[in-house]
Amino acid sequence: MASTTSTENSGLFAHILPQFQRETGIAVRVVAVGTGQAMTIAERGDADVLFVHHRPSEDKFVADGFGVGRRDVMYNDFLIVGPAADPARIQNVADVTAALAKIAAANAIFISRGDDSGTHKLERTLWSTAGVDVSAASGSWYREAGASMGGTLNIASAVDGYTLSDRGTWLSFRNRGSLTVLLEGDQRLRNPYGVILVNPARHPHVKAADGQAFIEWLTSPRGQAAIADFKIDGETLFFPDAQAGGS
Amino acid sequence: MDNNGGEETAHACAAKRAGWSGVSDLWSAVESAALLIFTLDSDLVEIVLRSLRVTLTAVTIAAVIGLPFGAALALLRFPGRRLILVALDTLMGLPPVTVGLLVYLMLSRSGPLGTLGLLYTTTAMIIAQCLLVAPIIAALTRQTIEDLWEEYRDELRSLGASTLGAAGTLLWEGRVTLMTAMLAGFGRASAEVGAVMIVGGNIDHVTRVMTTTIALETSKGNLALALGLGIILVCVSLLVAAGIHGFKATAHRWGA
Repeated sequence: MASTTSTENSGLFAHILPQFQRETGIAVRVVAVGTGQAMTIAERGDADVLFVHHRPSEDKFVADGFGVGRRDVMYNDFLIVGPAADPARIQNVADVTAALAKIAAANAIFISRGDDSGTHKLERTLWSTAGVDVSAASGSWYREAGASMGGTLNIASAVDGYTLSDRGTWLSFRNRGSLTVLLEGDQRLRNPYGVILVNPARHPHVKAADGQAFIEWLTSPRGQAAIADFKIDGETLFFPDAQAGGS
Repeated sequence: MDNNGGEETAHACAAKRAGWSGVSDLWSAVESAALLIFTLDSDLVEIVLRSLRVTLTAVTIAAVIGLPFGAALALLRFPGRRLILVALDTLMGLPPVTVGLLVYLMLSRSGPLGTLGLLYTTTAMIIAQCLLVAPIIAALTRQTIEDLWEEYRDELRSLGASTLGAAGTLLWEGRVTLMTAMLAGFGRASAEVGAVMIVGGNIDHVTRVMTTTIALETSKGNLALALGLGIILVCVSLLVAAGIHGFKATAHRWGA
């Protein structure tokens, strides 16, 4: 299965996969990369199941015939984290694009994933909604790390920069320095995860039965309960939202 | 790895609260390393053994290819030889990520060798490391054998040795230096993360090795644990180097 660093690094898979293996005897091997790379891996037929979080890319993946039967699995949300000193004064701003505009106006350092991941894609969408041309600022206050979520947080922590992080990685992240959560709760920061079977008609070697079994389990009451049951410091990381029959 | 208690010592917790800052963190790294070693953490043992198996296999195969190839380049004269020498020296500096990408594209299901299903296995990692190490062994062998040939040419000719026989004799005579070449190859392979990450996928219990674990723990912000693993990796290299030195000492006694 090709999936994202956010699910693997947060510890979700270590929590749910052993349970799936106990119940079905199927072992899942996870390659955790950014959503963009995960999709390339799946498109080339190097994975059986794709488990990512960028809806437009997922729909395109299915429309292009690379995958079949996309299902909602769960969602979590994104946060803007930044230095506690908050030089751009976004602490009491509720609107995420307004906050980003303030960061840009203050020329405050913002660390971007810069790796074509689901998080990066959402971040670029938010910047363009905010009317900020970050490409022009790249290398000055806007810095593209080309790193995983954790790697990006390490950099933000070291230079006291702002960044967009998913809640899961943030909660399990241990090197926070002066970083703290400055903005959360905007509807646009909701982060839905979907699971897709790589199209066996296109790649005949795909283990379709095992892959489908995993998708069925993940979206079943048992799988959904396992996801809801995963907590860090008492906080639920991922909220299950699968519906019977798929979407 | 993160549930093993190695980072849960009072000191590490204090360091965590204080953030990543200098000496105290270095100390907690040493502490996590020591804890992992002395408790013989089963995940750690598994990862160290896998790292050694992958790298030693890769270096052995690279030696089987590189030693005769280097010796042939030293003793034979043919058109285009200079070109191969320059190419070989260039390949010594091959970026691991590029090699990883190349092997990935070859072994990918959509690639020419896709039907073998080797991607995300230790075999794929061995292939990648082999490509990284073979040029180093070949280039250093070529230099060693060429120097020895200068020294022993007249002697070997007067004995009527064939080129093949001379190559065998010189490889044996140069075995101590060639050990160093292989150690250089081992160093490059065991320290490398870019290639094995791409072709191995860092899959837990399947293709996770020392360097990919360090990269993973760093991205989780477990810097002390990551550095602790780095210390263990250095210790493993130390053991291998000490082993080679022991071997060299024995070789000297045999009268090299």
